[in-house]
Amino acid sequence: MKSRLRFSDVLRLGWGGLGSRRGRATMTALGIAVGTAAIVAVTGISASGRADLLAALDRLGTNLLRVSAGQGLFGGPARLPDDSAAMAARIGPVEAVSAVASVDTSVRRSDLIRELETGGLGVVAVQPDLVDLIGAQVEQGRFIDAGSAALPVAVLGRVAAERLGVPDLDHDRLVYLGEQWFTVIGILAELPLHPDLERAALIGRPAAERFIDPELALTTIYVRVAPTAVNDVVKVIPATVNPESPTEVEVVRPSDALAAREAAEAALTQLLVGLGSVALLVGGIAIANIMAMSVLERRMEIGIRRALGATKRHIGLQFLTEAVLLAAIGGVAGVVLGAAITIGFVMVRGLVLALPVIALGGALGAALVIGAVAGIYPATRAARVSPAEAVKSA
Amino acid sequence: MSVLRLSQVTKIYPGPPPVEALAGVDLAVEAGEMVAIVGPSGSGKSTLLHIMGALDRPTGGEVEIEGRSLASMTDAEMSGLRAHRLGFVFQEFFLIHGVPAWQNVAQGLMYRGVASAQRRRAARLVLERVGLGHRLEHLPTQLSGGEKQRVAIARALVGEPAVVFADEATGNLDSVSASGIVDLLLELNLTGSTIVVITHDHFVAERFPRRVSLLDGRLVA
Repeated sequence: MKSRLRFSDVLRLGWGGLGSRRGRATMTALGIAVGTAAIVAVTGISASGRADLLAALDRLGTNLLRVSAGQGLFGGPARLPDDSAAMAARIGPVEAVSAVASVDTSVRRSDLIRELETGGLGVVAVQPDLVDLIGAQVEQGRFIDAGSAALPVAVLGRVAAERLGVPDLDHDRLVYLGEQWFTVIGILAELPLHPDLERAALIGRPAAERFIDPELALTTIYVRVAPTAVNDVVKVIPATVNPESPTEVEVVRPSDALAAREAAEAALTQLLVGLGSVALLVGGIAIANIMAMSVLERRMEIGIRRALGATKRHIGLQFLTEAVLLAAIGGVAGVVLGAAITIGFVMVRGLVLALPVIALGGALGAALVIGAVAGIYPATRAARVSPAEAVKSA
Repeated sequence: MSVLRLSQVTKIYPGPPPVEALAGVDLAVEAGEMVAIVGPSGSGKSTLLHIMGALDRPTGGEVEIEGRSLASMTDAEMSGLRAHRLGFVFQEFFLIHGVPAWQNVAQGLMYRGVASAQRRRAARLVLERVGLGHRLEHLPTQLSGGEKQRVAIARALVGEPAVVFADEATGNLDSVSASGIVDLLLELNLTGSTIVVITHDHFVAERFPRRVSLLDGRLVA
């Protein structure tokens, strides 16, 4: 002769208990929903944003160094020794080197525009291997190669192409560079790590010497290093490329900027997830509070159930189930809401949607755990109500 | 065989000051009997009913329900005994709000682990038996006081318990409804139910074949 309560009846009782106090249940679940939605939306949005960033980092690699001449002793532009690229290539872990010379002229739409109006665009003389070394994509046309390096042809960075009004290669594709018309043979895709190249007309080095400045000064070399030796190379490279004045040499790892941005966003995400967790915790406290109140209000129900044969455990289980169901409702609503916010944000910003399943499951799981923990105290109190006391006439 | 047997049952509520609600009660109720326990308020009637109904334990003395002693039972075993062998009707009806009449009755079988469809069938039969076959889907708020108490009686009866305890079952009802409830209890007794009623109302008590008076925690006469 034992009391027995079916699992389906436990769920039925929990659900019925919430259903008879719908308004209150909704408000309580709302707290959990807000917390869950915050966690899901924050992780979803930041994952979507970071997916782009990380993909860029992956594609561009973190083992590229940009070594530039820096400032001269008296503040003027310094130059790197002509053999600096060859010297750098001799450092063991260096895998590839490409030298770039800044050309002291401007690129213009036509010869009717004064040379001083640069539009913020530069001209650089490059080697054909630069495009592969920095991982640039040629969006249209092709890059300068050995055959065209000495010809009056130019490749434009994305921004330079826009500013010069050469959106594609199908129409008028001449630009005026120095005192010479150059034909645009290619346009580069965006270069997030190389804003200077994005805003420049790239010409072959022999062409630069032939048409513009025979005394071209080497200003920058790009160095691709074995990934494990990046820091070592950074230390030795100034003295290698410019033994005369190593302190003038500037060594930059362009990916550092991206990495820093990624770290900053990761920190912000953690902070926001933390805030979401606090909301979830507050939601849990609200559940504990409401359920404890409910126990006081429902003494009569507890009493009659005990009289009908419910054990302490059955009563406790009923209240615990209500708390967990409350949290589950809030958690599911929050996950849906958070996913909707993320999808909306991603669509507006044109990002790639990345909703980590771990974040969805984790947020829902956290909500359930919080509901269960919040339910323990009220459930214990409900189980302790003495049946004889509870059925006493008011 | 006695369904209920109390010997020298005492109940003292711990103070301060301690209150002696029952001071040595001896009582036996036979199967099929119908007993009214009468006494003024404060005489210990409710305490006696809670102890006879395994809702509470006595401070001293012996309580046997169908030959089984309460003293050796755990709380869960007492719950099991209530679920299977005892039924209760209270003055305040204690129906679950927001749940139709048949579900209220069906909950009388819930803690026996009876499947829901079977509970529903049993609830319907009992509600028809107490004259509420037309009120199955009504919520407690849509029922009159007398109807509510009939639902509560149906809930107590649905498991066919050995004893039904009624605690001032007519206390909240007008005289016509109260009389109807007493008629129903008498009728149920004729079909074999053992019924123990406590009441302070002598007019109600007079209609029961056996009356026991309680005064200051002691049975008199």
